[in-house]
Amino acid sequence: MQMIVCIKQVPDPEIPPAKFRIDASAMRAVPPEGIPPVINPYDERAVELALRLRESCGGTITAVTIGRPEAAAVLKHAIAMGADDGVLLSDSAFDATGNLAYAYILSQAIKKTGTYDLVLCGRQASDWDEGVTGAALAVHLAVPLVTLVVTAEAQGTGLAVKRVMLDGHQRLLVTMPAVLTVSQEVGRPRLPSGRGIIVAARKQLPTWTARDIEAEPAAIAEKAASRRLVKLSSAERARQCELISAESAEEAGARLAERLRQAGAL
Amino acid sequence: MGPQGGIFICGETRDGEVAAVTRELITAGRKLADQAGAPLAALLVERSPGETAASLIAHGVDRVFAIDSPPLGEGAPGDEAALLTAACRQLNPSVLLFGDTDVCRDVAAVIAMRLNGSITLDCTDVTLDTGSGALLQHKPVYGGNAVAVWASEAGRFRVATLRPRSFSPAGADPARSGEVVNLSVEVEEAGRQAVLLETVREQVRGRKLEEARVVIAGGGGVGGVEGFALLEELAAALNGAIGASRVPCDEGWKPLSLEIGQTGHYVSPGLYLAVGISGAPQHMVGCAGARVLVAVNRDPDANVFKEADFGVVGDFREVLPGFMRRYRELQE
Repeated sequence: MQMIVCIKQVPDPEIPPAKFRIDASAMRAVPPEGIPPVINPYDERAVELALRLRESCGGTITAVTIGRPEAAAVLKHAIAMGADDGVLLSDSAFDATGNLAYAYILSQAIKKTGTYDLVLCGRQASDWDEGVTGAALAVHLAVPLVTLVVTAEAQGTGLAVKRVMLDGHQRLLVTMPAVLTVSQEVGRPRLPSGRGIIVAARKQLPTWTARDIEAEPAAIAEKAASRRLVKLSSAERARQCELISAESAEEAGARLAERLRQAGAL
Repeated sequence: MGPQGGIFICGETRDGEVAAVTRELITAGRKLADQAGAPLAALLVERSPGETAASLIAHGVDRVFAIDSPPLGEGAPGDEAALLTAACRQLNPSVLLFGDTDVCRDVAAVIAMRLNGSITLDCTDVTLDTGSGALLQHKPVYGGNAVAVWASEAGRFRVATLRPRSFSPAGADPARSGEVVNLSVEVEEAGRQAVLLETVREQVRGRKLEEARVVIAGGGGVGGVEGFALLEELAAALNGAIGASRVPCDEGWKPLSLEIGQTGHYVSPGLYLAVGISGAPQHMVGCAGARVLVAVNRDPDANVFKEADFGVVGDFREVLPGFMRRYRELQE
């Protein structure tokens, strides 16, 4: 099974909210000092699901990302986890283009890789939380889409997949090639192995430009024009916390009940 | 091509009724329609949609375009997108709003792609810019740490999904009048698609999270299933529902269907009690609508205290029994 996993480098989503800063005039998040960016956690789970599929069905896994040269770090991470290969898509034409343009660029790269059976990506990226890439890829590639996948296994010439929903789950059969987006309920992704880290460090990763993947600047611009970011602001935190203390935690609990009763919340 | 433009919502039903999220969409769509000086239209996919269509009109829709087909979520996923794409080719909406639900999120993105529109999922507000007519889409980003506003220009097909609980649900006025149009659509070939084998809805014991007036939510600090027993006792006393943050669901202490936060439920109870929850923004966005938010946590520096109305720093195993004792005394 030839698998392509689309991954993205993001600011570490686990940083404490107090360290999160916005540059409102540049309309971007300020990278937190001393905390390196990471692979989008949802994409890391897409790599994990691909690895499980390769264990059961065989095949190859190629990780693809769009970004500046330093974004190759996430490709190395995927390879250290066990992916076979990585491709960096890097071109000044790819900078700051938005959700549908990124999907177009990825789809052109996927087409260039030639034959593939499965494209996987995380359900959304933890920076802009868009969740559009999977659906957009499926339309570009004219293949079926299943989102929020947590398990997948080969069945005949297709895949049997489980999709999580807010209040339950669905089981679907999908023919290949297909696009799957992966949800975090896949479980914890494996850690890179020592051997994997060495393999990744030695791996030469190709960089493809807009020309290499025949991504038309006019098409990128057209997708980018669908929407314009006009404002980015920190989330408002409107509440003021009244801390309730007492001689013991038990008594503090009792006072909390009294206070909530006064406030009309109990 | 049908009439140019127009503000549309896509209706969903649940258990034979207009879904709560659809009533919220009507509030949002009504606002846009009034801003644009245009009628509010709804797309409705359903077998014999008469009653639902009437209910949509009572809640504030002016024209319902009814498509006779299995309701959204029950047909093959790709077919639904194809059906609604074909409907949009006929009706040519300017704005189309969906609820940000497991069914409609994908459909919305695919329709926007097919019709060369813009797409923004999970918006908490939408409004029309009075000068330009651009659709301004407010959306939490960075796990709830920030809010982005995107503008999609007038003249373009604009699709957005609205996060549940972002708008108050429209009320019904049975005297309201409107028009129901039965729409027959020529569906283009959907192509090879996934086949839906089964949908399993988990039955949640006790109250539904969205409807509960009191929610007791536990996090990693609860420590395990035994810790949750204390929360459940409290929930029973307060007639509340149990929820959880990411960690208890990941660890299997609680089912995924109880998760509150960015990838789970959004709740707005009168009282939200966060126990042993550190307060990551990805969780806090799920309970930001609570009227009163209370945090109990051993760590005085936990972020949850920055976002709560009341807080107790201490071990929940001691705080909650004291709380329950006093609550019972106050009840008497």
